Amino acid sequence: MKAINFDLVIVGVGGQGTLLASKILGRLALDAGLGVKVSEVHGMSQRGGSVITHVRVGDSVHSPLVSTGNADYLLSFEALEGARAAGYLKPEGILIVNTQRISPMSVITGATKYPENPLNVPELKEKKVEALDALQLAENAGSQKAVNLVLLGKLSCHLPFSDEAWQQAIAVSVPRKTLEVNVRAFESGRTSAVAAMNV
Amino acid sequence: MGKSELIQAQEAEAKGADVSLMLGNEAVARGAWEAGVKVVSSYPGTPSTEITEAIAKFAEVNVQWAPNEKVAAEVAFGASLAGARSMTCMKHVGVNVAADPIFTAAYTGVNGGMVICCADDPAMHSSQNEQDSRYYARAAHIPMLEPADSQECRDFSALAFQMSEELDTPVFLRLTTRIAHARSAVRLGERAEIALKPYHKDAMKYVMMPGMARKRHLEVQKREEFLAEAANQLSINVVKLRDTAVGVITSGACYQYVRDALPNASTLKLGMVYPLPIKLIENFASKVGKLIIVEELEGLIERDVKAAGISCEGKKYTGIQGELSTERLKSAILGTKLPEASGQELPARPPVLCPGCPHRGVFYAVNKLGLRVMGDIGCYTLAALPPLSAMDACLCMGASIGMAGGAERAQGREFSKGTVAVLGDSTFIHSGITSLVDAVYNREAITVLILDNRITGMTGHQQNPASGKDIHGNPAPAVNLEKLCESCGVEHVTVVDPFDLKAMEKVLREETARDEVSVIIARRPCALLDKTARPIFEIEGCKNCGACMKLSCPAIERRESHVIINPTLCNGCGMCAQVCPFHAIREGGRA
Repeated sequence: MKAINFDLVIVGVGGQGTLLASKILGRLALDAGLGVKVSEVHGMSQRGGSVITHVRVGDSVHSPLVSTGNADYLLSFEALEGARAAGYLKPEGILIVNTQRISPMSVITGATKYPENPLNVPELKEKKVEALDALQLAENAGSQKAVNLVLLGKLSCHLPFSDEAWQQAIAVSVPRKTLEVNVRAFESGRTSAVAAMNV
Repeated sequence: MGKSELIQAQEAEAKGADVSLMLGNEAVARGAWEAGVKVVSSYPGTPSTEITEAIAKFAEVNVQWAPNEKVAAEVAFGASLAGARSMTCMKHVGVNVAADPIFTAAYTGVNGGMVICCADDPAMHSSQNEQDSRYYARAAHIPMLEPADSQECRDFSALAFQMSEELDTPVFLRLTTRIAHARSAVRLGERAEIALKPYHKDAMKYVMMPGMARKRHLEVQKREEFLAEAANQLSINVVKLRDTAVGVITSGACYQYVRDALPNASTLKLGMVYPLPIKLIENFASKVGKLIIVEELEGLIERDVKAAGISCEGKKYTGIQGELSTERLKSAILGTKLPEASGQELPARPPVLCPGCPHRGVFYAVNKLGLRVMGDIGCYTLAALPPLSAMDACLCMGASIGMAGGAERAQGREFSKGTVAVLGDSTFIHSGITSLVDAVYNREAITVLILDNRITGMTGHQQNPASGKDIHGNPAPAVNLEKLCESCGVEHVTVVDPFDLKAMEKVLREETARDEVSVIIARRPCALLDKTARPIFEIEGCKNCGACMKLSCPAIERRESHVIINPTLCNGCGMCAQVCPFHAIREGGRA
C-alpha cells in the first residue's frame, strides 16, 4: 500500500460533536497501522465558541498541530467557521463544509452581520469546496446530532480507507444504541459526496 | 534516524501488544494505574481534569475529588505517608493553591511514591494566566519530568513513581495543553500490584519543626546534587546527533515542533526538565555548531545553560508569550515567511452562557440594578463579555469575596451597597469559605452571591462537596451551603431561583442595602444537566423594543424589524417572557 499521509483540520461550534469525528478518524488510522496524532480542545471554548481539532496521519508525524497552509482537508461543521479556518488549507486542499449557519453572539445582538456569502474569503479562492446541508441529511438519517457522521461520509470519498474499515471505526466509537442512525448518516454523506462531485 | 514513537507503537501492536489511541491525560492515568497507584485526589482544572476522571475508571484505585488542590495534595501526601503510591493532579494555577504542602513535602520526602501532575496552559486556552510550573520544581527542589507524547505520558508517569521512592521525594510530572489534550498511540501494559509499605512513626522525617526541618533541608540539597549528577546518565534525556551545524535542547511539545521545523537538527531531548544534566548539555554543546534552546513560556533552561558558561540562544527567537508551533519555529529560527492572513474580518465567536443557563438571570438582575461585580472563576466569568459585560474583576479561585471586602475597606461601607461578590458553588467550597469568615469577622457589609448550579461546570461537570455525589456518581454527603454560611456568622442567607427575575431583583436590592454581610444563594441546576422538558417560547407581535436582548440569550436573535426565538436552541427557561414589556413572548406548544 502507498504511504498514507494527510493533515486534516476539523472546525465548528462548541457542542456540535467535532470530538466524535476526530475520535473516529484517529481510530481509523490506528486500525490501518498508521501513525496518528489528534489535538483536541476541551474546557472553556466548548461553551458555544469556535472549536478546532487537528488530525495528523502518517509515518513521521511529530507536532500534534497542523501548520497554516498545510491541511489536505478542512472539515467544517458550520459555514462561518469554515471561512475562519480556511488559511489552514494547502493550495490543493479541500474544504468540506456544512452549509448550516449558527449566529455568534455579536450577530445575535445585531452588533455585526453574518456574512451573506461566508465562504467568499480570499483563502478559499481557487480552492475545492464541497458544501452540503449536513444538518438536513442528519435529520433525515434520524438525528440532528449525526452531522459529524454525514461530514465524515463525505470525507470518506477522498481517503483511501475501505468501507469495512470505516464501519469498524464507527462501530467502536459511537454508543451502540446510536450506531444505526450514525451509519445511515455516514452513508448519506458518502453518497451525497459522489453526487456533488458529479455536478 | 531513529524510528518515531508512533512507528514503534505500531510494531509493538504487530507483535501482539495492546495499543490504544489515548489523550496524554488518559495515558498519565494509565501509567499511574500500571505503576500500582492506590490513592488519587485532585481538583478539576483544564487541561488536567481527564487524568483523574480516567483513573476513576480503575476499580483498584481510591480516587476522589477534593475541595481544592491544597487538600488534594495533602491527601496524596497522607496516602504516601501511609505507604501507598499516590498522585494528585491539577492545572498550573492549582499548584499555587497546593504550593504550601508541596514545598514542605520536598523536605519530608515520601514513603509510598508520590507524583504531582501539573498541566500548564501556554496560550491560555482556558486559563487566567500562563505561569510556567517549571519554576515550582526549582523553587521547591522537586524533580520534574516532562513527556512529549501520550506514550511518554504513560512511561514517565510510571517512572515518576519509581523515582519518587528511590529518591525519597515527591516528583512533578508536567504536561502542557498540547500534550494533555493530544491523542497518540500508547502501548498498554499490565498493572503491577505494589504492596503497601509499612507505616512508621518517624518524627525526625515527617514532623517539620525547625530542628527537624534544618536537618531535612540538608537531605533535600544532597538529593538534588545526586540527581543533578545522575541526570547526565538518565535514559529519558536523549541525545540524537544528526546534522551538527545546529543543536537544539528542548522538551515536551516543543520537541515535536522542533522535529517538524528543523528535521535535520541534532537534538537533546530532556525527559527531566529539572534538575538539568549540565555535563550532558556541555558534551552536546561541544558537538554542535550553534546551540539553540527551544522552550515555551519562560527561558529557564536557557538561563541555567548560560549560567553554566555554555553559549546558547533561545528566547531571542521564541519569546515568552503563548505556545510555540512548527510554523512559529520555522519563522523565528529559519526566517520562513508565515502565510499572510487575508485580513478579512469575520464576526468572532467567543464562548457564551448556554440557553437556559441559570447564571443569565443573575446577571440580568445585577445589570438592571447597575451593581459592580467582583467576579470569580467558572462558566459565569463569561458574563464579563458583551453584551452582558457584567464583571468588574476576576483574579483567581475564590477571590471575589476578598476583593469585595478590600474595595469596601478602601471606599467605605456605602461602596458595598452597590457591589456584589459573585462565585459558583464549587469555587465557594474551593476557596471562598475562609474569605466569607474574614468578611464577617472584620464587620464588612458585603453581599456574596453564590451561583449554586449543583456542579463544577466549566471543566466539564465534575461533582463537588456540595453536589451530593462523588466522582463515581454515587450519593455522597452534601455540604449545606445555607447552614455553612450561617455558621460562619452570616445572619442573612437567602435562597432564590435565578429564573424568577422579579425575586432575583428584589433579593439583590434588599441584601445589598444591608449594613452587614449577607449571602444570596441563586440555586438551579446547570442547563446542560437539567433534563426537565419545558415548553419552548414563541414571539408574536414583537415591537422590536430590544428588552429581551439584554438577557444575552443565544436563542434570541435580532432581525431587521423584530426579534426571533430560535426553536432549536430555546431551552424554555422563560426569562424572556418575564422581561417583554408587551407580553409578546409566550409559552409555545412543543416541549
